[in-house]
Amino acid sequence: MVNFVWLAMIVFGILVAGAKGNIDVVTKAALDGANDAVKISISLIAIISFWLGIMKLAEEAGLVRALALLVRPVMRFLFPSVPKDHPAMGAMVMNLSANILGLGNAATPMGLIAMQELQKLNRNKDTASDAMCTFLALNTSCVTLIPTTIIGIRLLYGSTDPTEIVGPTIMATAFSMTVAIVVDRILRQIYSRKGG
Amino acid sequence: MFEVIAELSRWAIPLILLVVPLTAMLRGVKVYETFVDGAEAGFATAVKTIPYLVAMIVAISIFRASGAMEVLVTVLSPVLDFVGLPAEVLPHAVMRPLSGGAALGIASDIIKTYGPDSFLGRLVSTMQGSCDTTFYVLTLYFGSVGIKKYRYSVILGLTADLSTLVASVFIVRVIFGLAG
Repeated sequence: MVNFVWLAMIVFGILVAGAKGNIDVVTKAALDGANDAVKISISLIAIISFWLGIMKLAEEAGLVRALALLVRPVMRFLFPSVPKDHPAMGAMVMNLSANILGLGNAATPMGLIAMQELQKLNRNKDTASDAMCTFLALNTSCVTLIPTTIIGIRLLYGSTDPTEIVGPTIMATAFSMTVAIVVDRILRQIYSRKGG
Repeated sequence: MFEVIAELSRWAIPLILLVVPLTAMLRGVKVYETFVDGAEAGFATAVKTIPYLVAMIVAISIFRASGAMEVLVTVLSPVLDFVGLPAEVLPHAVMRPLSGGAALGIASDIIKTYGPDSFLGRLVSTMQGSCDTTFYVLTLYFGSVGIKKYRYSVILGLTADLSTLVASVFIVRVIFGLAG
């Protein structure tokens, strides 16, 4: 699927650019894209280093385990393949909480720590495990309670009630999280039968 | 309620920075050395994501710059019309999983054009708030641990995004009506 989407974006992009007679944008877009990607990765060094340090302290202090214990029933249901007291559980909870609170720069490093913990449990190191798929589905469907950026834009263009969309946003998020959890279960069944 | 959450968000990180090292010290952890030990892996983790992000962002960049998005919107228009999604927000719906910045630009434009308190303004606000940049997250998270085979996570992420879209249209319609 990712191979298909990736190739489709490039091939379709080049064909459209060619047909519209602006093929030059392709080369520039490719190089700009590569440049942006490296910039993002480099900028991650700082926040990842910082949060890895804090997370290591939290782990040694037993806080990650304590957190995992607190939400164990929910996490056991969502991640049956992860041992109940595994540090991955704590890291995933930290990531999801940071996401919900809108702490974007803390959420990403914690998510990457969770991925490293999940990778330790993964038998096939180049293939996504069941738990990883569930985690990413939750991560991308669960978003911040207070979408501050969009509220700011609404305010800028003179909304009479900029925060009125918070309720609908939470409802839409709750719905898509439910869909994500259900569809994840179904796909997990289908893919495990395929043996992949 | 919203004020409480906003306040909680402001305090969350300072509190973590206070509670975590203090608890660690009380448990007899050598705090400074442990922090440095942990932070050491930061560089390698970030650098490991480079090839994955380059691959994905180059493809997205070509797709956006070429005008292929507009073509896709024209093609998809009847399909999304069927689920009741107005054509005006379609570019946002297509862009949202691919690029957070681009989607925000489109959302901002719609809010400016139609007004923040119009149906389209409220709808695109809800869509922007309730979806995430699925492709970026998948690429970054999988890339950081060297996963190349994503299995069903792409289809799963897109299904969740699509369900957010349908839910947003329905919820905004029920709560605010079509007025504006």
